[in-house]
Amino acid sequence: MSDAGNRFRPLLGHRLFWPVAVLVAMLAANTIYRPGFLAIEVNNGHLYGTPIDILRLSAPLILVGLGMTLVISTGGIDLSVGSLCAISGAIACLYISRAPDQNNLVTVLTALAMALGVALVLGAWNGVLVSVIGIQPIIATLILMVAGRGLAQLIAEGQIITINSGPYRAIGLGHLLTLPLAIFIALAAALLVAAFTRRTALGMIVESVGGNREASRLAGIRSGRIVFLVYVVSAACAAIAGFMMTANVSSADGNNTGLWVELDAILAVVIGGTSLAGGRFYLSGTIVGALIIQTLTTTVYAMNISPQTALLFKAVVVIAVCLIQAPAFRAKFRRRRRGTPPPTPSAPQPQKEQVTA
Amino acid sequence: MTDSRPVLTMTGISKSFPGVRALHNVDFRLFPSEVHALMGENGAGKSTLIKVLTGVYGIDEGSVTLDGEQVAFNGPMQAAAAGVSTVYQEVNLCPNLSVAENIFIGREPRRFGAVRWGEVRRRARQLLARLDLDIDVTAPVASFSLAVQQMVAIARAIDVQARVLILDEPTSSLDAGEVAQLFRIMRQLRDEGIAILFVTHFLDQVYGIADRITVLRNGTLVGEYPTAELPQLALVEKMIGKELDVLEGIEEQPRPELAAIERGTPFVQVSKLGRRGAVAPFSLTIHAGEVVGLAGLLGSGRTEVARLLFGADRADRGEIEVNGTRTGLRNPVQAIDHGIGFCSENRRTEGIIADLSVRENMILAMQAARGWLRPIPRRRQDELVDRYIKALSIRPANPEMPVRNLSGGNQQKVLLARWLITEPRLLILDEPTRGIDIGAKAEIQKLVVQLSDGGMAVLFISAELEEVLRLSHKIAVMRDRELVAHLDNDDTVDADLVMQTIASGTAREEANR
Repeated sequence: MSDAGNRFRPLLGHRLFWPVAVLVAMLAANTIYRPGFLAIEVNNGHLYGTPIDILRLSAPLILVGLGMTLVISTGGIDLSVGSLCAISGAIACLYISRAPDQNNLVTVLTALAMALGVALVLGAWNGVLVSVIGIQPIIATLILMVAGRGLAQLIAEGQIITINSGPYRAIGLGHLLTLPLAIFIALAAALLVAAFTRRTALGMIVESVGGNREASRLAGIRSGRIVFLVYVVSAACAAIAGFMMTANVSSADGNNTGLWVELDAILAVVIGGTSLAGGRFYLSGTIVGALIIQTLTTTVYAMNISPQTALLFKAVVVIAVCLIQAPAFRAKFRRRRRGTPPPTPSAPQPQKEQVTA
Repeated sequence: MTDSRPVLTMTGISKSFPGVRALHNVDFRLFPSEVHALMGENGAGKSTLIKVLTGVYGIDEGSVTLDGEQVAFNGPMQAAAAGVSTVYQEVNLCPNLSVAENIFIGREPRRFGAVRWGEVRRRARQLLARLDLDIDVTAPVASFSLAVQQMVAIARAIDVQARVLILDEPTSSLDAGEVAQLFRIMRQLRDEGIAILFVTHFLDQVYGIADRITVLRNGTLVGEYPTAELPQLALVEKMIGKELDVLEGIEEQPRPELAAIERGTPFVQVSKLGRRGAVAPFSLTIHAGEVVGLAGLLGSGRTEVARLLFGADRADRGEIEVNGTRTGLRNPVQAIDHGIGFCSENRRTEGIIADLSVRENMILAMQAARGWLRPIPRRRQDELVDRYIKALSIRPANPEMPVRNLSGGNQQKVLLARWLITEPRLLILDEPTRGIDIGAKAEIQKLVVQLSDGGMAVLFISAELEEVLRLSHKIAVMRDRELVAHLDNDDTVDADLVMQTIASGTAREEANR
């Protein structure tokens, strides 16, 4: 490596370097394609523009991703977050739609509290399945992923619930200090989870359980409780994301709210540098990962890529991002290693005829 | 009983791994119609020899001859095809497949590419009948006891016209009745002309079945002996070796004073504590400031005793008193609450959290005891960690380095620090000096003496007798999963006596109080 390379090594070695580089590259590519991409204008005292949209639209994914980060850190996975978004959105919208005054703040807050409460119960269900009963996380949460859609349908009685509630709409589309409220909600959640994990010992204990569950048990950690807790936190994050998604369109659709968000969230976590095998987790990495995914979606629209090829385009970019991040892949490019020469086979022993017993 | 010509000869076998010489110039012979025990302590080279033979590893030097022709297998499959079959310690079967499927997996009789299931079942039944086993071959393997599973694995091994059958610790998870059943089959196969290579840690079993014994130590051949000409004591001596301990030159340590130990209320007193399949009921008393050594060969139940005392496994019988109060140690959390700490012998799988830093690994047990809502203030963490990095001279002295990057000895010290930080009243050390360099070893030994001087009770487990003798006030001797003797470590006790106790299973009259 050259001297310049050595000087940049600390920067290159930072775990957020490659995700941020990818994000910057995508923004740059967009700007080249469409010079007005980064433009932000003030309208009615609010900021508007594509970057602001990306931030606003990535808020639900960031929320789901925060919970998913903790779950994955324990070596688990939560596939039920999309269904949880749909359930919490449906409950909140149903309650509001039946209230005499949909614009009443108390009504909206009651709806949110109810929906959040149900989500916590469902999160506890996941937690019990994984930590007490010992079902593999992917199966345990698959139950609620599938059944949860049905539950959301049941709550909405098979209809799309449409509401007309100013306060509820604000969760998705409102503004605060010139910026969309959703950005602040996601930011607040991120700070809360960060404080919750990094200001207490919870983060280290979660990483310890994910890194080596048996060793953690022998060090006196009650691993089961920790595993239970992360599924509850994940459900709470998903519920808030569900509020945002339904508030954006002022309606709750049990079939489509939060559809496939679990896959995007897992992707965001992995792009952010948290290993699917568990152990160390990086909340900031997940946030960058969520921004990358949203930027990619926006790019697909902005570049007028046809819907038929859009998914393929996304897939190619995601593969590229994952490969760039993988140390093994980068090492392969830096120098090609030669495998050890295969052992020289000597003349094999003439084998006895096998006789049927 | 043996023919004049060996079926298998290994001559001058050497094998090195980076930094380790696993085998050096080892000879080994195996005759038809014999059961040949391969003996040696952990790391003696038994597994390496088997893996070299079956082609898992290549050979650096030496040659292998089967039926007078030189062979070099490229893997267990080829070895099996040539008549050398291996049954491993952990039963290598697919628990969810049927008995018949397991026996023929990978070499099912086929016709036009389709598996002939009727033929598979018929031949499986025939094979098992040869082993006197009448079971439903369509039932999943998991529905049978471990002993039967072991038989199925053997049936699979001998189906390929085996002339050499290698059994790598087949009895380690069997009970006495199951062992007898296995032995009956081994004798039957022997009488049919098969040469059996038998690896075990149980001395009684060697004398129960083996015709000849080959002993390895530290990767070299100690010798080959007819079982009848090698008494148990001689075997134990040959396995452990009576070399002058290198450490003695490095560190002249004060011999612990037996009289100085208080004989008040013991800190831990267990009576008839046991767990089925792990260790027979045993009684043990540990006082504050006392170092109790646990001696015995590998697999004799040393670790099982430690795990019961720490609540890592639950005892299914017996009583524990801590500080005079009866208590149940049902899990590690309870044991830690009572002031007990445990350094596992499996540093990598049960000790360190490889991803986390040295600092985090050190404070983990203390933090777990406080609960996650009460984090240890960072300044206090740094204080503690700095103190123990210095006290135990951990290198590199960087608390933020991931613990995976440290050497084995330094990882061991990090684990010691993890427990010392919790200020335990009893520290259980399971093989704390295994696989670490001599300097670190001496430091850890010195630390044990200091800790006991400071009033901490220590349960010290080690395969090295010299080490146990040097550090312990009392020695409990384990053999075949049973605590067979308590010895006061006074002038009358030496390595010979302990070896004799291990070999015979009973303590000498004057030492047995």
